[in-house]
Amino acid sequence: MWDYTKKVFDHFKNPRNVGEIENPDAIGEIGNLVCGDALKLTLKIEKGTEKILDAKFKTFGCVSAIASSSALTEIIKGKTLKEAVKITNNEIAEYLGGLPNEKMHCSVMGTEALQAAEKNYRGIKTENPAGNSAEKIICKCFNVSELKILNAIKSNNLKTVEDITNYTKAGGGCGKCKGEIEKIIKDYWGKKEKKQFSSMTVVEKIKHIEDVLSEKVNPKLKKDGGWVELVDLDNSIVKVKFMGVCSGCPSSGQTLKNIVEKELKEKIDENLSVQAE
Amino acid sequence: MKKEKIVYLDNNATTKVALEVAREMKPFFTDLYGNPSSMHYFGGKVQKYSDIARSKVANLLGAKPEEIIFTSCGTESDSTAIFSAIKINPQKKHIITTSVEHPGVLNVCRYLESSKGYKITYLKVDTEGRISLDELKNAINEHTAIISIMWANNETGVVFPVEEAAKIAKSRNVLFHTDAVQAAGKIPIDLKNSKIDMLSISGHKIHAPKGIGVLYVRKGIMFSPFLLGGHQEKGRRAGTENVPYIVGLGRAAELAEKNLKKENSYVKKLRDKLEQGVLKTIENVRINGGRAERLPNTSNISFEYVEGESILMFLSEKGICASSGSACTSGSLDPSHVLLSMRVPLTFAHGSIRFSFSVYNTEEDVDFVLKELPAIIKKLRVISPFSDAKSPSG
Repeated sequence: MWDYTKKVFDHFKNPRNVGEIENPDAIGEIGNLVCGDALKLTLKIEKGTEKILDAKFKTFGCVSAIASSSALTEIIKGKTLKEAVKITNNEIAEYLGGLPNEKMHCSVMGTEALQAAEKNYRGIKTENPAGNSAEKIICKCFNVSELKILNAIKSNNLKTVEDITNYTKAGGGCGKCKGEIEKIIKDYWGKKEKKQFSSMTVVEKIKHIEDVLSEKVNPKLKKDGGWVELVDLDNSIVKVKFMGVCSGCPSSGQTLKNIVEKELKEKIDENLSVQAE
Repeated sequence: MKKEKIVYLDNNATTKVALEVAREMKPFFTDLYGNPSSMHYFGGKVQKYSDIARSKVANLLGAKPEEIIFTSCGTESDSTAIFSAIKINPQKKHIITTSVEHPGVLNVCRYLESSKGYKITYLKVDTEGRISLDELKNAINEHTAIISIMWANNETGVVFPVEEAAKIAKSRNVLFHTDAVQAAGKIPIDLKNSKIDMLSISGHKIHAPKGIGVLYVRKGIMFSPFLLGGHQEKGRRAGTENVPYIVGLGRAAELAEKNLKKENSYVKKLRDKLEQGVLKTIENVRINGGRAERLPNTSNISFEYVEGESILMFLSEKGICASSGSACTSGSLDPSHVLLSMRVPLTFAHGSIRFSFSVYNTEEDVDFVLKELPAIIKKLRVISPFSDAKSPSG
């Protein structure tokens, strides 16, 4: 038997806000009978302020799916739509005093229904009710997109395929997509684990900047017969010297901003700025 | 702890230990605790009790006492049977089973398939959960090492024609095993008049404790043990005999034989009353396997548009114990492989509940379920977006 909290049981046995709002301002539908759980969320939204005046749900699913839906409606009532869509599935789970790991996908269903409702409110069309439109579907059994998997990784700090299955159901059917899921996790954390510029040593920083200058910046400048050299690094200010035809060129100011600084910001750190000597 | 009212309708999961069984076992913990293999009289004398138990189990199955091997559970019996067959037929790399077996057989086959290069034929079932003997005949080939077909399905209670299947196996010279864990004690089993080579049963499904099982191995067939070690069970299953449990299983087998008629009259009547009551009071339900030959005690009912775990929790609130083939109860994400194999529509499969009776259930139990269940289904259908049930006003 699952280890549900008292609060989960309470929201299951006495679900709040069951039903459908007549003439709703927004409808969010997610899941289907094939998946084994589905949620239909209807919202009454105040014009102008976009405050959620009322929220009702109908859910097909297990104890935690019903409790998560009930919790969702309680959390979002009184919030503006903008505030509400920022709610993470973790907040829903926390509101219920936690959910068993294998049931976290029920809380994810809550946030997805809300996102679908927002899209519906703003008149953004989604191609299918799962809200996964145009996204690459990774898990065909449960129709789970790469985007959904990435979102779950990001907001819940997931590291294993099992986690992904618990949170999104992906990989829980035939299991054929498990390799692909593993790759998505690896890629995501691989990128993440690249060292932040601010935590590098001075030598590492200089080497990193010089690499970008020689690989990304100078090949462009050399087409016109010039190049830049790193002169100094003062915290986040990169000092360079124009060489070749660039030296004394009237448009070197433009080059500095549009090529040198842009590349360094993009490839290294958003906070870098560049000065010419 | 306060004793709550419990209506126990999950007897295919496990059963209560019969008082007679518990009583019979008791002296073997603290008084008659000797090891039957010991050379002293104190140990040796318990051997006699385990021999009596063996005869009682053999009686229930229509077998000879020397064909009974005591194991730790039904799963051990299943593994022993299949691994024995493939060890004595190392050149044969094909196994036939069904798509609706218990994991005790199914997962052994899947392991052999994925890791040991075996080819497995999983016989299909029709929408009522029945296998086809023609499909079996066509599947047998010169590489087939063993055929393992359950006697009755644990989820739906559907009974398979294992005696005919065993005849087919025999005619093609292939070993035949059946997992009779659910069938034993509920329908007659007479091994001396059958061609079944090996058969598994489990103690805790027939009011003996958990932790004891049996593998029947027909006299004269080749056998290779699963557990290696001492010479117990005539060298066919190493490990000190679990004498208290063996004695308990003997008594349970005796009771099961006595109650066999009651299973097919009294218990069946309770099950049928439940089904008729449900069909009368609740719309959009189906009895899974209802048109097939079934065990008298098992009912698998699907309630459309609602999910099984939610039903179970509300039932549990009322003290009613049942189980579900829904995805959410198992930790897996797909509904039961049995219902999927039967192509039960998904609108029904997620909302399936298994009620399984025993001779200890009463008419009041059924009345209580019939009183509580309609309101539970109605409540969940009000919450469900797929049902037309209207929300309560206000």
